[in-house]
This record gives sequence, structure tokens and C-alpha cells, in this order.
Amino acid sequence: MILRLAFGSLVARALTVGMTILAIALSVALFLGVEKVRTGAKASFADTISGTDLIIGARSGSVQLLLYSVFRIGNATNNMTWESYQDISSRPEIDWIVPISLGDSHRQFRVMGTTPAFFERYKYRSDQSLAVRDGAIMSDIFDTVIGADVATTLGYEVGDPIVVAHGLASFSEHENQPFRISGILEKTGTPVDRTVVVSLEAIEAVHVDWQSGAQIPGQATPADVIRQMDLEPQAVTAALIGVKSRLQVFGLQRSINEYPQEPLLAILPGVALQELWQIVSIAETALIAVSAMVVITALIGMMATIFSSLNERRREMAIFRAMGARPRVVLGLLVLEAALMAAIGAILGLALLYVGLFIGQPLIDSAFGLWLPIEAPTMREVWVLLSVVAASAIVSMVPALRAYRMSVADGMMVKI
Amino acid sequence: MPDTAPILQLDDVRYRWPGRTPFGLHVPTLTLARSETVLLLGESGSGKSTLLSLICGTIIAQSGSVSVAGHSIASLSAGKRDRFRAEQIGLIFQQFNLLPFASVRDNILLPLQFAPERRSRILNLNAEAKRLCRDLRLPDDVMTAQAGTLSVGQQQRVAAARALIGTPPLIIADEPTSSLDAATQATFLELLFAQSRAHGTTLLMVSHDARLSPQFDRVIHMADIAQNVRDAA
Repeated sequence: MILRLAFGSLVARALTVGMTILAIALSVALFLGVEKVRTGAKASFADTISGTDLIIGARSGSVQLLLYSVFRIGNATNNMTWESYQDISSRPEIDWIVPISLGDSHRQFRVMGTTPAFFERYKYRSDQSLAVRDGAIMSDIFDTVIGADVATTLGYEVGDPIVVAHGLASFSEHENQPFRISGILEKTGTPVDRTVVVSLEAIEAVHVDWQSGAQIPGQATPADVIRQMDLEPQAVTAALIGVKSRLQVFGLQRSINEYPQEPLLAILPGVALQELWQIVSIAETALIAVSAMVVITALIGMMATIFSSLNERRREMAIFRAMGARPRVVLGLLVLEAALMAAIGAILGLALLYVGLFIGQPLIDSAFGLWLPIEAPTMREVWVLLSVVAASAIVSMVPALRAYRMSVADGMMVKI
Repeated sequence: MPDTAPILQLDDVRYRWPGRTPFGLHVPTLTLARSETVLLLGESGSGKSTLLSLICGTIIAQSGSVSVAGHSIASLSAGKRDRFRAEQIGLIFQQFNLLPFASVRDNILLPLQFAPERRSRILNLNAEAKRLCRDLRLPDDVMTAQAGTLSVGQQQRVAAARALIGTPPLIIADEPTSSLDAATQATFLELLFAQSRAHGTTLLMVSHDARLSPQFDRVIHMADIAQNVRDAA
């Protein structure tokens, strides 16, 4: 009955209580939303590559190697020679190896040279393989397969010609060697969606008439001639490696890191990701702190609402006292009301979050390549909600203690 | 054997509001017998509210004794005084008597939340609340109505039902008819008397309207039983 009366009292002040609940709900939705984006971004990063045991490239930093080879963020400071690549690929521990050659671009998208094994070996989000939505993977040296976002953004279809530019954000185009889109990949939610994939030989082919980063004036080798040429690459940017046994990963990593012929770096993608999280953890903490402050602000707003309602509710409290309620019952009622408001706000906030996720999921995915899964609340989120309710009860103690003192002083004789 | 001890006994009670006006109240003696209906008349500021607070135990006399149903109020702890008030005293105020957002049923049953003995005297809470409403001539469907939607006269009758439920030995009514028109006033008093007599309850009603006097067993004046002390503290 007391719970019903507390609820009835809230309903009687529907407007102010509703505003307070809305503020709590929005702050909770923001806090949980930040959590979702944070964990979603982490999961999305972690999901970008799976099933790859090692990534190797020229010696730099492990995070840098991970970022440029997998996420197409930043650039390689150096390449690894084709001899080293071949030497390493012949090692008995290696089950498969996929070379990656980066450096050119098409419009705002990176061009990546690789072998057909890439489509078979590259896995993302719990070992999912790449799938071709339209067309087929490259069969000619001047064929290209483009990611889903490249096709959508630039309006490309299978059969369309595209010209690759030399370097990144460059005005020098390999216009003598246009490519034909042979296939468009299914959306993956990974950087592959924003990649133009060509064969490793194609990277060499478009640079046939180039020397020292510039086109040799007046030289334009016909495509058919290029097709007959030996296009073995001289270097690759990085390589993805799968080993036959996981037990061999560390041994192979150490051996590549100590490779005598060339300074190379081998990284475990998961460990490099952890390093990346450590780097961004300060920003992450700041983001959580800001959203937590929003929740605290909403709770302080609730406290102010309870404070401002105390005077108009003195008679209500006096009635309780006259009926035999102890002052601590009055205190408990206010704390109960605050907890009820926070609980309703928390549930509403959770509902708002899911509505936001349903609406925003495809938009965020297409805009940022960030896939936010719609799943049941995690234990952490449940604890966040319970903490909001507990914090509201603690915060409400301030006005509740004032009400306690007022009800002791007023007794049952309030004549307002 | 019915208890013949007075339901209310005040002896040489002195009270001064702490830290407020230099106002104090001194009641040499006041006794109310069981089943008696008493009208307490007094002007505004004569100390009626202070006296009622002393009887209900929300304030404690600095000296003297206040006994309700044979129990000295001062000897009880604050928590026990609240429980004792809930068990022994039914209260009706001047107006704004009810929780306006709560149903009539919840308003009537509210004191029983804090008075388990009073509650144990009722077999069926709903049926008893309904019976009281019926006896106080409230409409049949009033139980689920929100108290704030009722007329002032109906609200006062709901307040009377709340005071009467579980038959506490003492009903205190603080100017319950002051906000009612003459016809409603008469009906309300008639019903209140009928119910308190039916249950053998003592009724102490505070008013400044001397015209109500003939309806009570006894009329006492604040000026006769109490002295206001207005000297400097």
C-alpha cells in the first residue's frame, strides 16, 4: 500500500516528475549509448580480423603495423622485400600467407594488391569469409574487386572502368592502365568495404612506366604487352600469416623479429589491439566520465525537484504523521519515490537506447563502418542501471533528511 | 469488565514552544471519560492546536503528565508514541484531510498500516471500509474514487471513516465542520455522533463555534482549562 501511495504521489505531480524521469532516462540512454559505442567500436576492431595468427611487415611499431595493414589507417614507413617474403613463406610452420601491397588509391579509397588467397584466408567477425555480392574475383591482371562501401559511395557496378591514382590523395593517375570492376563484395563492416582490391601483379603493372614515384615521360606500355611481362613484385607492404599449430606462433614471431637479412616485425593482432586500447584508454575514460557526469547532473536535478516539492507536500507528510507514521517512514517514502523515479528513468533510458540502436544501427554502420549489435543488456549494463537507482536513493537522502526534520517539527499540525 | 479509567487525563501540563514565540500553555487539569462527547471551544491562538499536539504525543510537555487510555505519553519513546497514536487516536482535521492522489479505500485504511492491533480487530478490511462509507452515507462506488475528486463534505466523511476504522477509543476532530455549509455541517455531525456512539468512542471536538454546544455531552472552554503564558522567556 505504501508503494502504491508513493506511486500515486508521483503520478499526482506528473509534469515535474515526468521531466525528472525524462532527464534521468536521457542521461542513462547517453551513458549506455557511449558504452555501446565504446564496446561496439572495440568489438568492431576486434572483429575486423580473425583467424590470422601473425601480421608481418617492415620494422616499425606494432600498433602502426596493425593500423596500416588491417585498418588502412596511416602509412607504412617501409616495405619488406619480396625475397624476405618468399623466404618466410617457405618456412615449415606456416600454413598460409597472404601478401598485402598498399600505397595507391582510388578517389578516397585505398587500393590493396594481394593474391586470390586473400578472399579465402581473410576472416572477420567470428571466422566469416568474404563473399562476392556481384560478379567474380579477379581473373585478369586489370580486374579489380571493390568493397561494398566503394560501390555504394561511387555508384559503381560490375564492368565499370576505374583508374587508380599513384599514392594517396594524389593527382597523378595510372590512366594508361584502367581497371575493370570484376566483382563487388558483400558488406562486412570492416575496412575491406572501403578497399579496392587488385592482384599483386596489377600493382607492378600500373607502375611499369613509372620510376622514382613519377611517370617516365612519353612512355606508355600497352596493356597486352604488360600482360606478357614478368610482374613479380620487388616488395610488399605486409603479410597475413596463419600457422599450422598455435604453439608455433611465438617461436615464429621471435624468429621473424630476429630475421637477419632485413629488419622485420611480426605482431599478434590481438596483442597489438590491446596496445591500441591502452593508448586510447585515456580518451575512453574521459568519455565515460563525461557521460557519468550527465547522469549525476540528472540525479542532482531530481534532488532539486524533490527539494522544491517539500514545502507543498508538508501537509501530505503531516497526514502520514497523524496516522501514526514515524518520521523515518516519511524519510523512507521520499527515498522510495526517488528510487521509483530513477528505476522508471533507467528502464525508459534502456528503451530509448534500443529504439536509438534500431534506428541508428544501419546509419552508423554506413557512415562509420561501426556495427553496433542489438543484444540483451549485459551484466555491466544491468549494474549501471542498478547503480543509478542506488545513487538516486543516496542523493535523495539530502531532501529526505530535511523532510524528516520538517515532519518532526511540524508533527501533524500543518496549516498552510 | 469495561475499563472505567478516563480515556484522557492531563495534570498540571506545562509546555513552551522551543525557540519560537514566548508563548506557553499551562493546563492544570483535564479529564475525558470513555464514550463521552466533548466540545472544546476556544478562540484562535488560545492554544487548541498545542493541546491537541500534546494529547497526540507529537510534542511532549516540559512538566506534568498526559495520559491516554491509562498510558503516560511521556513514558513512551518517540517511535512508540507514533504507534500508540495510531492505535488509540482517530484524527479528523479541519480540511485537506486526505491524500488527494490516493483512493478513498487507501485513505481509510492508511492508519491501519501503522496500527497492527487496530487492524487485527477487523476481519475484512474492504468490507469494513465499505460499511463505514455506507454508514456515513457515501455513494457505493466511492471506494475506488480518488479522494481529491470528492466534494469537501464527502472528503470530511471519508476522514471520519478513516478515524473510526478499527474503533480507536478516542477520536479527535479539529474544527472538522469549519469548511462545510450549515446543512452539510449538521449531517456530518449527526453521522459522526451516531458512529462514535455506536462504537463507544470518546469524541473530543475542537471548535470556535459555540452553536454546536447543545449536541455534546459536555462543553469546555480553553479559557477555563488552560492558561496562556505570554511572558518573556
